[in-house]
Amino acid sequence: MPEPISKDTIVIRRGLLRRSFPAQLEMALVVAAAVILIVVLPSLNAFTAEGSFLHVSDYTINLYGKYLCYAILAISVDLLWGYTGLLSLGQCLFFSLGGYALGMYLMLMIGKLGQYHSDLPDFMVFLGYPALPSHWVPFRNFWFAAAAVMWVPAVVSLVFGFLAFRSRIRGVYFAILTQALTYAASLMFFRNDFTFGGNNGLTDFKFIVGFDLRRPETQRALYLCTSVLLFATYGLCKWLTTTKFGKVQRAVRDSENRVLFSGYATAHFKLFVFVLCAIIAGVAGALYVPQVGGINPSEMTPDKSLEAVVWVAVGGRGTLIGPILGAIGVNALKSWATRAYPDLWLIILGALFIFVVLFLPGGIVSLPGRIAARLRRKPLPAPDPPPSPAATPVKTGAPASPPP
Amino acid sequence: MWLLKHRGAAAKWTLLLALAGWLAGARAASPASAPADLAVRKTLIRAILSEGPERQKYISELADSESKLARDVLAAWTQDEILLYPAPDGAVVPVLLEDQQDADGRARAIRVEDGTFLKDGKGAEMRFASGDLNSVDTDMRLRSTVQQAIDSLTLADPDPDARRSAVVKLGNSQKPKYIPVLEARLARETNGEVHKALEESIALLQLGDPDPATQIAASERLAQLKALGSIDVLKRLEASARDPRVAAAAGGAIKSINAHITAVNFFGTIFRGLSLGSILLVVALGLAITFGLMGIINMAHGEMIAVGAYTCYVVQNIFGSGFGFHVTLPFSFGGRLISFGLNLPGLNATGWLYQSYFLIALPLSFLTAAAAGLVVERAVIQFLYRRPLESLLATWGVSLIMQQLFRMFFGANNVQVDSPTWLLGHFTVDDVSFGYNRLFVISLAVVIVFGTWLLLTKTPLGLLIRAVMQNRDMASCMGVRTERVNMMTFAFGSGLAGLAGAFLSQIGNVGPSLGQSYIVDSFMTVVVGGVGSIVGTVCSAVGIGTSDQVLQQLLGSPVMGKIIVLAVIILFLQWKPGGLFSTRNRSLD
Repeated sequence: MPEPISKDTIVIRRGLLRRSFPAQLEMALVVAAAVILIVVLPSLNAFTAEGSFLHVSDYTINLYGKYLCYAILAISVDLLWGYTGLLSLGQCLFFSLGGYALGMYLMLMIGKLGQYHSDLPDFMVFLGYPALPSHWVPFRNFWFAAAAVMWVPAVVSLVFGFLAFRSRIRGVYFAILTQALTYAASLMFFRNDFTFGGNNGLTDFKFIVGFDLRRPETQRALYLCTSVLLFATYGLCKWLTTTKFGKVQRAVRDSENRVLFSGYATAHFKLFVFVLCAIIAGVAGALYVPQVGGINPSEMTPDKSLEAVVWVAVGGRGTLIGPILGAIGVNALKSWATRAYPDLWLIILGALFIFVVLFLPGGIVSLPGRIAARLRRKPLPAPDPPPSPAATPVKTGAPASPPP
Repeated sequence: MWLLKHRGAAAKWTLLLALAGWLAGARAASPASAPADLAVRKTLIRAILSEGPERQKYISELADSESKLARDVLAAWTQDEILLYPAPDGAVVPVLLEDQQDADGRARAIRVEDGTFLKDGKGAEMRFASGDLNSVDTDMRLRSTVQQAIDSLTLADPDPDARRSAVVKLGNSQKPKYIPVLEARLARETNGEVHKALEESIALLQLGDPDPATQIAASERLAQLKALGSIDVLKRLEASARDPRVAAAAGGAIKSINAHITAVNFFGTIFRGLSLGSILLVVALGLAITFGLMGIINMAHGEMIAVGAYTCYVVQNIFGSGFGFHVTLPFSFGGRLISFGLNLPGLNATGWLYQSYFLIALPLSFLTAAAAGLVVERAVIQFLYRRPLESLLATWGVSLIMQQLFRMFFGANNVQVDSPTWLLGHFTVDDVSFGYNRLFVISLAVVIVFGTWLLLTKTPLGLLIRAVMQNRDMASCMGVRTERVNMMTFAFGSGLAGLAGAFLSQIGNVGPSLGQSYIVDSFMTVVVGGVGSIVGTVCSAVGIGTSDQVLQQLLGSPVMGKIIVLAVIILFLQWKPGGLFSTRNRSLD
């Protein structure tokens, strides 16, 4: 059976070259979004009176903080999937690992304020631990925990990625294996004797570096960190994809064998991107935990990873602005739909996903280009909806690609 | 089920029914045994009314009667429930009071003599409170004689299972006085299982014998019998024995019994692993066809399993009291909530007709899941044959929708699918029990694999399927109607998942997320087996199923076993990236 990867990527490439945002428009949008998210929203929250027309509530700030964490996660998914062609269904594992690392610190900061008034976290008292397990001890230090947020996902992804890429696992096999990895990890974290709180995970946090987590100022600061980090991540990825490294990365996506035959060690490139994305996801998870107020193993189930993939697909993969739009948009839709139609939310999500995959492979960001093309009455080379194989046979093998 | 419980809870009630045989509808006392019953009743009356050695003689006569009636009346005797009614003509009539009391706390009296209600001269039924009549006087010696008679009567129960449990109970009593009773029964016992239980119980009681030689012989006998139930007693004996030879013999027996337990557990685990493996096999076989042969990652495959399982549920309800659902959508159209529902009348079948529902449900679950697969293929997958990664995403969307639909139609809770009675139960070979439902699953899996192999290699359709899978464009050029072949193949793969769902409904509960727990496992099975290889799928399904169970047994936790299996699979793919039986080809992307 021939590997049909090349045909898969044709669609993406077309999307990239012909449907993506014009560069200036994207730049303007990003700057505007940065100003709104970093400056305007928090100022409106802090400096306007409650009840005023312009006031942004603490709840909204908290909600957007959550969305922006998801957006960072979505960028990491996109850097892997949209730019390198690696569909990882384990991205939420790294997100949760980062979350757990910071959560451990936050758990220890509760001190004697827990329900059992013990130095040990509540669940340990409940499960009858005699003393703090030794791997918990260093997490009393904030900086150790902050470093663990990055190195724990990095090490896990390095080991797994090394094994996977060494044996040239790619395409759908990579997706299935990462899914199995996160599935196994969630099973492990669900166990009470794995010392991470079992089902309930880590929750009931009180303080972070001495500040009270329940105060709006602390939440606002966390929101600010998240939004700044989002744009920093965006900038880093933007820079990375324009370097020579980025070119190789996309070449790996489009035809890995050709890159391999040209003398590049593709496994190293992939491993680097995989580890980088794991770190990004870990940091996003660490920011997510204090804002949401807890982390539990259901955050690392394969379903959550697939949901992150939905955000990217809806927003538009192979662009960096798409995942951000997708993550915020889909989650805003989710917040609304789970309240308005709790029974139908899964059906809406599923239908949205099927629709995007079938009819809008370029995601939301491809819409302006499509509309413009429609207005100019120039039919796109790739008809809409994407052709069934029988209608327009795709040439086997990748067509000569124009330089990106 | 409730019948069993009922019988245990109301033993006394059945006794009264037996006594009042014809009054209560002749349920317990069959007419055929009526003359024998009459003789027993006569002996009972004599035993109750006589004294001294004569009474002993009648009781030992009763002990040999093998009559359930005698046992029940004797049991009532030890409870002081046999009362004596002094009749106006001077005779003494032994009676039992009915359970049911009227408002005054009085109950009708049943004559032991013939099971009829006691009536006064005018033919009216007489009622007594429990204190109105004197009970038959008993003493310690009489009680123990009666109890012995009851024991040997229990040992003579016509039901081998009841006999066996009585034997085991006596064996565990640690009272050596039962040895003669057991030995007497041993001489007459014909049922193999009960015979073994008798030998075990005798040896078990002999362990308490003061004579070391008997104790040693009993230990050796127990070791020979591989008596699982004797291990605690042996351990106590080993710890407390004064004679070192006895302790050594007990230790030896413990060792050999433990070895037997290990072997039994091992084979039991292998058997459970095989049955789990065969479910995995049927699931993965469907996946091997859609994923391995067609290149479609069907994340909704798990939901096809649930479709099959729910089909069993619906069919069962149609055979029973009927099936209905009612769904109200959470938004209104023209001011009215949209709601719809369906009620299928039930056949209210009972007996063998109801028990055979599963035979109808099996093919139906295949067909329903195949139809669902056909719809999904036409609606979504036909656009994605060139984009495998995106088929993964789109079918995940399908899976979400289907799960939610299950919740809307069947409720979010698990539903219960009853196993037909002919699948319940098990048989035992050397203490390893083989459940019929698991055996059924294994044998049907073998049939399904064979059928699939036949279909793919020996039929024209199979030829077309293989041609399309090897090179879709070329097959199309040769005039193969690839679209139709795709449809058929996908529907077949989904149908296999439906069959697996029917099996699962017999082993566990059926819920909306039933498929989720199998989807990761079955994907791994296909990848390990080698994508596109049926043989590989068979090997890896059996391998993964068995090692999962063995590891569960070894580690004592289902989760750790699963995690280790997943870790081993990831490492295994380092060694053989293409799986066990990788298909070779020269094409390169």
